Amino acid sequence: MLDDFMVRAVLAGLGVALAAAPLGCFVVWRRMAYFGDATAHASILGVALALGFGISVFAGALVVALLMGLVVSTLAGRGYAMDTLLGVLAHSALAFGLVAVSFLSGVRIDLMAYLFGDILAVSAGDLAVIWGGAALVLAGLAWRWQALLTTTLNPDLAYASGIDPRREQLVLTLALALVVAVAIKVVGVLLIVALLIIPAAAARPLAHTPERMALMAATIGAMSAVGGLWVSLMLDTPTGPSIVCVAAICFAVMNLGHAVVRQG
Amino acid sequence: MRLIETKDLSVTFGGQTVLSHVDFHINRGEIVTLVGPNGSGKSTLLRALIGAVGATGTITRAPGLRLGYVPQKLHIDPTLPMTVARFMGLPRRHSAADIHAALEQAGLPDLHQRQMAGLSGGQFQRVLLARAILDQPDLLILDEATQGLDQPGSAAFYRRIEELRQELNCAVLMVSHELHVVMSASDRVICLNGHVCCEGQPEHVASAPEYRAIFGSGTQGALALYRHDHDHGHDHHGHGCADDPLVKEADHAG
Repeated sequence: MLDDFMVRAVLAGLGVALAAAPLGCFVVWRRMAYFGDATAHASILGVALALGFGISVFAGALVVALLMGLVVSTLAGRGYAMDTLLGVLAHSALAFGLVAVSFLSGVRIDLMAYLFGDILAVSAGDLAVIWGGAALVLAGLAWRWQALLTTTLNPDLAYASGIDPRREQLVLTLALALVVAVAIKVVGVLLIVALLIIPAAAARPLAHTPERMALMAATIGAMSAVGGLWVSLMLDTPTGPSIVCVAAICFAVMNLGHAVVRQG
Repeated sequence: MRLIETKDLSVTFGGQTVLSHVDFHINRGEIVTLVGPNGSGKSTLLRALIGAVGATGTITRAPGLRLGYVPQKLHIDPTLPMTVARFMGLPRRHSAADIHAALEQAGLPDLHQRQMAGLSGGQFQRVLLARAILDQPDLLILDEATQGLDQPGSAAFYRRIEELRQELNCAVLMVSHELHVVMSASDRVICLNGHVCCEGQPEHVASAPEYRAIFGSGTQGALALYRHDHDHGHDHHGHGCADDPLVKEADHAG
């Protein structure tokens, strides 16, 4: 069954969507969208380094994304406003990554595949990495769920209950780096944050608790992955962007629907 | 029994000393109130005690100390859906029956499924308090918990605090601007202005020169709030509180 490229693509899309959705809720609640961008953009530098040194692209992207996450967490609140700092880091990382890729004369790489993903070329090995990474992210979030929510609500409430918000931030940084690394193949570095944020934002009007929002986001993310693949097959459009388009349409429908219901 | 004790506690934010050389303790069953003008470090002291701000000096907690904390303000991001019942279960989950009982006790029986963001100011404060006591804390820390409540509301709030001390045998440490209430509801008052100006039983603090220098001399502080003298210069070393045997002189900044 895994021999069929479409089956592998569907499984890859589902894996990424399921891990990205609950993490994306935290990105939305904690206003970390730009943080996600910085991490994702840094990973292209990781890809270039990995190709240059002949190591696994997944490992390279993971390490550099994680480093970026840690740098941002460390620099937060020191001097510059957070959005300025993230703007500087996110775009510099992307630029350095693109420049680094241009040095790789010996290797013929398809840059587009890393910027926008190449889900139809996912191998059985990639699938194992994606699902392994996704399972790790979901397990980590489930393990720290209560502490993460408390920290997100108010860091002082967390401190008073013996929870260290800095540790929880580290858990999120790690999870973010993992999702970025496994999602490169599926949607590419430029659209990863869309897969984090759009399903979560689409789920907001449907949810009255954090758990329900995460669950709805996962459902919407999975639907977008499958729907986007189908659209790309039917209309012969690029797959990664098609997935994001479907998610964006979900977002619009949910919010409009909610507004209409509230009016009526 | 001392629940928490600080020795020589100082806190600095970006080169600015907010608290200097604070010796503080609170015993089981005690109600202690921090008073002082804006920017005098009251909230900072509370946050240092819960471990949220870095401080020099020592903070000693009784082993296994459980803290209940009610912050001055809690902003919930509009993207975060949060029912009252769900909020009550953070960070430790509780049975639906326990949560129901806690809300009933707080006079809020029908709010379980309401969104936190949709509560009135008074309801919100009572939910915060109900959540803080669900874990049966040894020490309840309240940072201007009656902000935004009207007078009957805050009077009821303080009555509830007094009951809680009886029920839970916990200590209560609070920051308050409502001096008239503070004076009747506290066992001990600490007047803070970057350092401990003076402390002791309410009636003695109210008559201490350090206190009057900050809050004016309105009897029992009832009118004092509106007579603030912010030029209080910390230059009263060696007189004042120490004259009164019941009030401990604790001025380090002189």
